[in-house]
Amino acid sequence: MCIVTVMSIGLTLLGLLEPGPRHGYDLKRAYDEHFGQDHPLHYGQVYATLSRLLKNGLVELEAVEPGAGPDRKRYAITDAGVTDLDGWLGRPEQPEPYLSSTLYTKVVLALLSGRPAAEILDTQRTAHLALMRTLTRRKAAGDLADQLVCDHALFHLEADLRWLELTTARLDALAQEVVR
Amino acid sequence: MTATPLLVGRDLHRTFGATPALAGASIAVRPAEIVAVMGPSGSGKSTLLHCLAGILRPDAGQVRYGEVDLSAAADATRSALRRTEFGFVFQFGQLVPELTCVENVALPLRLAGTRRRPAERTAREWLERLEAAEVAGKRPGEVSGGQGQRVAVARALVTEPRVVFADEPTGALDSYHGEQVMRLLTEAARRTGASVVLVTHEPRVAAYADREVIVRDGRTRDVELVG
Amino acid sequence: MRRWIRDLALGTRLVVGGGPTAWLRLAMTAVGVGLGVALLLLATAAPTILSGHRARSDARDFAYTDGPASAHTVLIRQTPGSYRHHPVHGVLVQPEGADPSVPPGLSRLPGPGEMVASPALRRLLAGPDGAELRSRYPARVVGTIGDAGLAGPREYAFYLGSDRLTGRGQRIARFGTEQPRQPLDPVLLLLTVVGITVLLVPVAVFVATAVRFGSAARDRQQAALRLVGADRAMTRRIAAAEALLGALGGLVVGAVLFLAGRQLVELVEFDGISVFGSDLHPQPVLAALVAVALPAAAVAITVVALRRVVAEPLGVVRQGVGRRRRLWWRLAVTGLGLAGLVLAGLGRDGGGGVSLPAVAAGVLLLLAGAAVLLPWLVEFAVRRLPGGGVPGQLAVRRLQLDGGTAARAVTGITVAVAGAIALQTLLAGVSHGYVHQTGQDASQRQVLIEDTVPMTAGQRARFAARLRHTDGVRRVEAYGSDTVAATDDPELFWSVMVADCATLRTFAALGDCADGDAFGVDGTDARAPRPGEAVRTTDSPHGARLRLPAGLRSVPARPDPTGMTHAGLLLTPAAADRLPVLGGRLSTSGFVGTDPAEPDAYDHVVTTTVRVDPTASVFSLQGTQVDARFGTVRRGLLLGAIAVLLVIGASLLTTVLEQLRARRGPLAVLSAFGARRSTLTVSVLWQTAIPMFLGLLLAVATGLVLGAALLHLSHATIWFDAAGILGMTGAAAAVVALVTLLSTPVLWRMMRPEAMRTE
Repeated sequence: MCIVTVMSIGLTLLGLLEPGPRHGYDLKRAYDEHFGQDHPLHYGQVYATLSRLLKNGLVELEAVEPGAGPDRKRYAITDAGVTDLDGWLGRPEQPEPYLSSTLYTKVVLALLSGRPAAEILDTQRTAHLALMRTLTRRKAAGDLADQLVCDHALFHLEADLRWLELTTARLDALAQEVVR
Repeated sequence: MTATPLLVGRDLHRTFGATPALAGASIAVRPAEIVAVMGPSGSGKSTLLHCLAGILRPDAGQVRYGEVDLSAAADATRSALRRTEFGFVFQFGQLVPELTCVENVALPLRLAGTRRRPAERTAREWLERLEAAEVAGKRPGEVSGGQGQRVAVARALVTEPRVVFADEPTGALDSYHGEQVMRLLTEAARRTGASVVLVTHEPRVAAYADREVIVRDGRTRDVELVG
Repeated sequence: MRRWIRDLALGTRLVVGGGPTAWLRLAMTAVGVGLGVALLLLATAAPTILSGHRARSDARDFAYTDGPASAHTVLIRQTPGSYRHHPVHGVLVQPEGADPSVPPGLSRLPGPGEMVASPALRRLLAGPDGAELRSRYPARVVGTIGDAGLAGPREYAFYLGSDRLTGRGQRIARFGTEQPRQPLDPVLLLLTVVGITVLLVPVAVFVATAVRFGSAARDRQQAALRLVGADRAMTRRIAAAEALLGALGGLVVGAVLFLAGRQLVELVEFDGISVFGSDLHPQPVLAALVAVALPAAAVAITVVALRRVVAEPLGVVRQGVGRRRRLWWRLAVTGLGLAGLVLAGLGRDGGGGVSLPAVAAGVLLLLAGAAVLLPWLVEFAVRRLPGGGVPGQLAVRRLQLDGGTAARAVTGITVAVAGAIALQTLLAGVSHGYVHQTGQDASQRQVLIEDTVPMTAGQRARFAARLRHTDGVRRVEAYGSDTVAATDDPELFWSVMVADCATLRTFAALGDCADGDAFGVDGTDARAPRPGEAVRTTDSPHGARLRLPAGLRSVPARPDPTGMTHAGLLLTPAAADRLPVLGGRLSTSGFVGTDPAEPDAYDHVVTTTVRVDPTASVFSLQGTQVDARFGTVRRGLLLGAIAVLLVIGASLLTTVLEQLRARRGPLAVLSAFGARRSTLTVSVLWQTAIPMFLGLLLAVATGLVLGAALLHLSHATIWFDAAGILGMTGAAAAVVALVTLLSTPVLWRMMRPEAMRTE
C-alpha cells in the first residue's frame, strides 16, 4: 500500500518543491525517501503529475539545462502552488478511517517546510472530535443498530485521535529525523 | 452560545514543589455546558479541575464563579460552595467505604444540612434515575465498578449542583460501562441544567461534551471564550 | 523448616532493602517493642531493687547495746527525721574509744563540729533551700558519704561529730545490723504478684500492637509478593520475618533503654526514695526468657493476625467482615480466669497458703478475657446504634465495618485500667490492715518535743518563749520531765511532769489548781502514787530517796495529744522546788500547736529546738500512719500504672495516626464535597470515644470483679474505692482525649484537598 493516495501526489510534490527548486529525479528520490517505503514512485508518475501541475500553473520550469531528456528540467513552485499547498495543509481531512497516511504526509511536509506541524494535528483533532460528538449525539437518539454503526465509526476515529496524540507527543523527534 | 460564562479560570499557574502543573491555563464554562478537558497524562488536567472547583488555590491567576473570586475566597467560603453549588465524580468512585450506597449519595445533602430521612429519600430517587436502585443498601465494597461509578454520579448530582466536576469518571471502567456512565451523567446534567467540567484523556468520553479544551504542559489552547 | 529459613531470609532482605518507609516501619516497631522490653526488664529487676535497698539500709543501721563502753563503741543520737517533708537520715556520733566502728561509706568518724554528708545533702546545704538546715548545725562539712553508706543516690544523710553525747547518746557496738530476712507478708506477696501481672499484661498488649505497626504498607507489599507468585504461606513467613526483625531490634532498643534508664533512675526520686542504678540488675533467667519469648511471640502474633487477612495478588482482603464474632469462647476465657482465682482460694481453705501461680494465671486470664471480649462488645453495641448527625453516622458506620481495629486500639487501655482498678480495690481493701490508727490527736498540737538536755526552770521558760516566737507556732506547752521509781515495786516507774497548772491539765483533769499543788495521776494501768510515799530518782542505779508531798491529790488521767495516759506525778513549780532533785535541772518536753497554713512550721520548730539542744527529739504527730513497706509497695504500683498508661497512650497515638493515614482517600473526598473540619474532627472523636467508653465500661466491670475476688482471697472485706476508680478511669479517658487532640493536626492536614493528589 502506498502511503500517499493518488489524489494528493501532486500536492505532495508541491510540498517537496516548496523549500527550493528540484529536478524531477530529485523529487522522486525525496518522495521515495519520505513516503515511498515499499512502493517507490515511477518516473512516469512523477513526470505526468509534474506536467499536470505545470499546466495548472502551480509549478514552473526554472531552468532547462543543456542536453535532452526530462532530467534536465528543474521545477519550482509558483505562488499559486504555495496557495494551493497552504490550503490543503490547513484543511482537515474528512475524518475517516486510515487517513493517517495523508495526515502523515501533511505533518512531514509541514516539518520540511517549517510550518507549525502541531497546529495541523490540533486542527485535525478538532475536526475528529466534532464528528465524534455528532456521532455520539446520533447514537443517543438512534436505535441499537444505529448505535453499533456509530460505535464502529467512533472507535476508528478514536484510534486516529490516539495516533494524533502520539504523533503530537513525538513531533520533535520526527522533525529531527525528517529535516536531517 | 453567547451566554455569560458561569465559571472562568484565567491564566492559572500552580506549582507542586519544583514541578509546574499549570503554567498559564485559561478556561470558561457557560451555564449548562459540558466541557471536556483533554490532554496527555501529567499535562495538568486534574490540577486545572481542582483549581476551578476551589479545592486548590492557584499560585497566580484568577478563578471566578459567578460573582465569587474563588482563588481569593477563604476555605470556609470555598467549602460552602462545594457543598451547595458543585458536585464531584472521581475516577475510582471514591465512595466512603463504611457508608451504604444510599448513604453515600445522601452525604452531600446531609453535609449541606438536610435531615437524614428526606436526604435518603432524594438519594434513592437519584439512584433510580442512574439505574442503580438495586445497590442502595449495599456497601461500596460489595458493588461492581460500573455500579459504584453510577452511585458516584448520583452523589455528584443529588444536590442539583450548578457545576459538576468529573475527573476521569470512566477511567477505571471498560468501554461498555464507561459509555453507560457517561450517558447517564450527561443526560442527568442536561436535565438539571448543570454545567460539567469533564477531565478525560479518552476521546470517546470527551465526545459526550459540547466542546473540548486541550491542556498541554500546563497551558490550554483553543480557548474561545476568554478575552 | 528450610522453607521457613529461606522465606525469613527473603523477608529480611525485603525490609533491609525496602527503603526509608520499610526502615521507618521497622524503627517504629523496634521502639515500641523496646519500650515493652525495658518495662519487662525493669519488672524482672524489681526484686533486686528491693533487696538492694534493704541491704544498704541494713549496712548502716545500728542496734543499741546495754554493754559496757569499749574501744569500738560509739555513742549516737538520731536527729529529727525530716526536712521540708523529705526524709533525712541524720546521726550525731561520738566515739568512746580509739578504734570506733565506722559506718559504711565513711573513712573515719567525723570529729566534734565536723560533718560528713551525702552528695544530695551537700547540694541542699550549698543552696538557698538548705539555709534553714545549715543554721541548725554549725558544722564544717569535711567529707562525703560514699554510695555504700546510702540507701539511695538522692538520699539526704549526714553524720555529725559531737562531744556532748556522754550521758545523752545511746551506745552501739557497731554499725550494720543483720536482720533476719522476713518473708514478705502473704498479702503483700499477693499484692506484688498481682501488681506485676497487672502491669505486664498491658505491656504484652502493647508489644502485640507494636509488631503490627505499619500493617497497611505491609499489606501492599504482600499483595505485590503474591502478584509475583508467592503463596499465602510464603507471604505469611515473609511478614513474620519483618516482625522478627522488629522484635530483635526491640530487644536491642529495650536493652539500651534499660541501661540508659539505669543511669537516669538515679536522677529520679519518688516520695523520698531513690534507687541506685547498680541495684537494678534483671534476673538472668527472666531476662533470658524475655530475650527468647519476645521474638517468638512476635512471630506468633504476626502469623495469627494474618490468619484473618488474605493477601491476594491485587490487594489484601480482611476476612471476618460480616461474620459475627462469637461470644462463648470469649466468656470462657473470663470464666477460666475466675475459676483460677477460686482454685487459688481452695488451697487456702484447705490450710495451705494462697496458690500464687493460680492467682497469677487467674488474673492473666481475666484480663485476657477483657481483651477478647472488647471486640465482641464493640460489635454488639454499634450494630444497632443509630448515629444521629453526619459525624455520628460516619463514626458508627466505620465501627460497624471494622470494629475490630477500633477495639484493638483501646484494648491496651482497657486491660491497663481493669488491672489498675483491681489493684486499687485490693489496695484499698487490705490497707485497713496496714494503716495504723496511731491514737494521736493532731488537731490541736502537731509537734512533740522530748528529751532535751536538763535545764533549769528559767532556761525552760526561755526555750518556750523562743518556740512561741518561731514562725508558724501558735501555742507551746513546755514542761520539765523526769522519772521516779517506786520503792516497793521494782517494775513500777512514774513519770514526773513539772509545769504550771494550765500545762498540767493536758495530762489529767485537775479540778482546782494553784502553784504549790501536787497531783498523783490515777486511772491508768499502773498504781497511782500515794501521798507521802517514798520514791527513788532514776538518774543512777541507786537513786536518791525522796518523799512525795503529803498533800498529793489523786486526779483522773486524761490522754495527752499522743493519745497516751501517764501514770505519775504532776507538780506545779513551787511543789517541785520543795523536792530536792525534781526542783533542779530537768529535761524539757513539750507540745507545740502550729499554723496549718505554714507548711514548714514543723521544720521551724525543729530548727529552734536543735539550736537550743542538737540532741533533742522532735516528732510530728499524725492521726494515721502507713506501714512503711506497704507504703513502698503502693507507691511502686501506682508509679508502674502511670508508666504503663503513658506507654499505652503512645501506642494508641500511633494506631490512630495509622488509621487516619489509611483513610486518607475518603477523608479527601469528604473535604472535596465541602465537609467542615469540625464535622470530621467530631467524627474521629466519636470513632475513638465509642470504643473507649465501651472499653472503660468493660475495664471497670472486670476490675471490680477481679478486685473483689482478690479481696476475698486476702480475707479483706469487699469495699470499693470509688474515688480511686474514678481517678484511674478519668486518667485513661484523659489519655484518650490527649491522643485525639494530638492527632487532629494530622487529620486536618489530610483534609486539605491537596491530600487527594498524593494517593
